[in-house]
Amino acid sequence: MEELYILNGRIVDPAQNMDETADIRIKNGLIQSIGPKSSPSKKARIINAEGKWVVPGLCDMHVHLREPGREDKETIYTGSRAAAAGGFTSIACMANTQPVNDCQAVTRFIIERAGTAPVKVLPIAAITKQLYGKELTEMGDLVQAGAAAFSDDGVMVRNAELLRRALEYAKMFGKTIIEHCEDLDLSADGVMHEGLVSTRLGLPGIPPMAEDVAVQRDIEIAEFVDGKLHIAHVSTARTVELIRQAKEKGVAVTAEVTPHHLFLTDEVVASFDTNTKMKPPLRSETDRAALIQGLVDGTIDCIASDHAPHTLQEKDVEFSLAPNGIIGLETSLSLVLTKLVHTRRLSLMRMVESMSTAPCRILGIDPPAIKTGKIADITIIDPEEYWPVDPNRFFSKSRNTPFTGWNLRGAAFLTISEGRIAYDAATDRQIT
Amino acid sequence: MLPLKSKDLLGIEHLGVDEINLILDTAESFIEVSERNIKKVPTLRGKTIINFFYEPSTRTRISFEIAAKRLSADAINFSTSTSSVSKGETLIDTVRNLEAMHSDVIVIRHSIPGAAQFIGSRLKSRIINAGDGAHEHPTQALLDMLTIRQRLNTLQNITVLIVGDISHSRVARSDIFGFLKMGAKVILCGPPTFIPVEIEKLGVEVEFNLEKAIPRADVIMMLRIQVERQFSMLIPSLREYAKFFCLTPERMKLARPGALVMHPGPINRGVELDPRVADGPYSIILDQVTNGVAVRMALLFLLAGRPGADGNPAPL
Repeated sequence: MEELYILNGRIVDPAQNMDETADIRIKNGLIQSIGPKSSPSKKARIINAEGKWVVPGLCDMHVHLREPGREDKETIYTGSRAAAAGGFTSIACMANTQPVNDCQAVTRFIIERAGTAPVKVLPIAAITKQLYGKELTEMGDLVQAGAAAFSDDGVMVRNAELLRRALEYAKMFGKTIIEHCEDLDLSADGVMHEGLVSTRLGLPGIPPMAEDVAVQRDIEIAEFVDGKLHIAHVSTARTVELIRQAKEKGVAVTAEVTPHHLFLTDEVVASFDTNTKMKPPLRSETDRAALIQGLVDGTIDCIASDHAPHTLQEKDVEFSLAPNGIIGLETSLSLVLTKLVHTRRLSLMRMVESMSTAPCRILGIDPPAIKTGKIADITIIDPEEYWPVDPNRFFSKSRNTPFTGWNLRGAAFLTISEGRIAYDAATDRQIT
Repeated sequence: MLPLKSKDLLGIEHLGVDEINLILDTAESFIEVSERNIKKVPTLRGKTIINFFYEPSTRTRISFEIAAKRLSADAINFSTSTSSVSKGETLIDTVRNLEAMHSDVIVIRHSIPGAAQFIGSRLKSRIINAGDGAHEHPTQALLDMLTIRQRLNTLQNITVLIVGDISHSRVARSDIFGFLKMGAKVILCGPPTFIPVEIEKLGVEVEFNLEKAIPRADVIMMLRIQVERQFSMLIPSLREYAKFFCLTPERMKLARPGALVMHPGPINRGVELDPRVADGPYSIILDQVTNGVAVRMALLFLLAGRPGADGNPAPL
């Protein structure tokens, strides 16, 4: 295994509250030393990280890799290549594959397929068999096979009793239940946020309360059973407030927000571009501002992309017929840098926490840290890389992004997963 | 004369007042053609206009067909029942095939908002939106504006009352955008379950009580209740709807003298409109239909007419 020396980078690690410029020596997959340069051996690869930010490997805890079943959209390999290019050293993939990841055979298959992936792939198993919301999966079996958490993402667990039992049962393994909070009666046939824009466009709306009433119910249940509940893709101001109140009461609830909910509103749907269609839908400016505030103050723990690949032909249809979701692995970090860190809305420390330390803790895995003896999961960020988003240069198999043509500032420079270079912008970048 | 800014007519929301006036003025000049003994001019000879209806329609499709034929264009109609759509072909493939046969204008009716814009942004042909879901029905709003202008000379400062299921109505949206642009005041009336959220922000007023709204209106536009739609969560019954919102002779007694009653058709007699009002002296419903042909002739002419030296369509 290659020996690496990372020289003169600015190391930012919230796990140790560290922000200093130093050198890092990596050998045998481990961080050997941090500090002033000891003379590197001749075989070692020297990485000049001057002007770069060196942070613990990023983690995206909400992606859809589509394998098994829809390898035409994405595979574990292409999705993890996209993750590496986006600066992630670990990703957690949702259970709504075909077949659903609801038994240990599928979990084992994903882990086996991830063996050749450049980054760590953490399977999230289903809460209920087939995502039908009727019967619990064999959670213990799934945990032993390697499931990192449980979620029926894409659909809410409608039966409150069943959610209660899932939260209780998962406590035995210390695992988190991730909920897609959407009251399906309230969202009905909606395809976008219900507000002035949906009124103008005549598209059926999804009211913000479709999320809020679901979150409120789930928080009540989590509080009662003292279970670990994680709210996926928070989209409304009211939900941010509900989570804030729950945390103040000591409920073990955590939450994530996507870059698209942070940086887009329902106004962009007026283009009828199907790459603005997702669930939950893009909300109002008021909601967007509350999401940013929630992320800044820690009410929202982490950023996750909800990377949802779809083929060109599936998205090149009338708005209401298009599937929900957009890809995000290769734009997430750059968007956050451009829109929040460079604008000084979010500190670099808090950004790293929300994209590395926090999601790992929610998944119950030891967060990467830049510390002697730790596994070398490191992301080196070039904060001054200017690049236009061109989906044709993505590693992902899919192209469904609303950010095409955006000029972003900052990108992954080098992604190191377990001491190996998973992505090197100098040689792997498909941006010329 | 100003040309239309866009190659397509997708909706009223993004039209300028100048463009609306241009279309209405052009339409007025075409009214006379339909009154001639020989109702035909050679203006669009050799042009191919395809009426592509994904949803059933009688009057709009026939109106477009008559408009095309009175301008000597070749009009081809097809609807989902006769198309390849039933074989699973996508919308975009279907319209690309139409364009490959050198269509000049495609008139499209579709059940999904944005469908006309979707094909307009992908084709060179000129697209006229003949109704896209609950989004827009621009030719209906234009013929409504023309009809009101004929009677009242202006739209400026008049009050238009629109009654019915605003949420699901493309006519309501196009009318609201058009009337507001032309300086009219708009009052919407219907049960709260039929009024979409935040619509006041467009600059309209909402009134749930029809009796209170009627005396304030110069024009009363009754929308068709889509009786085929499942309403169970929105209104308890059509009977109860009619009890509160049907325009009856008794309610018309509250109206201003000379108030105009309009309806985009087809009428559900006894639901939103009492037959005595539909056929009564206030009603200008059939004028709307007559003007529909003129408005559609004007649009076909403005979009497909051979450009003159100044880039505008050549005169008749």
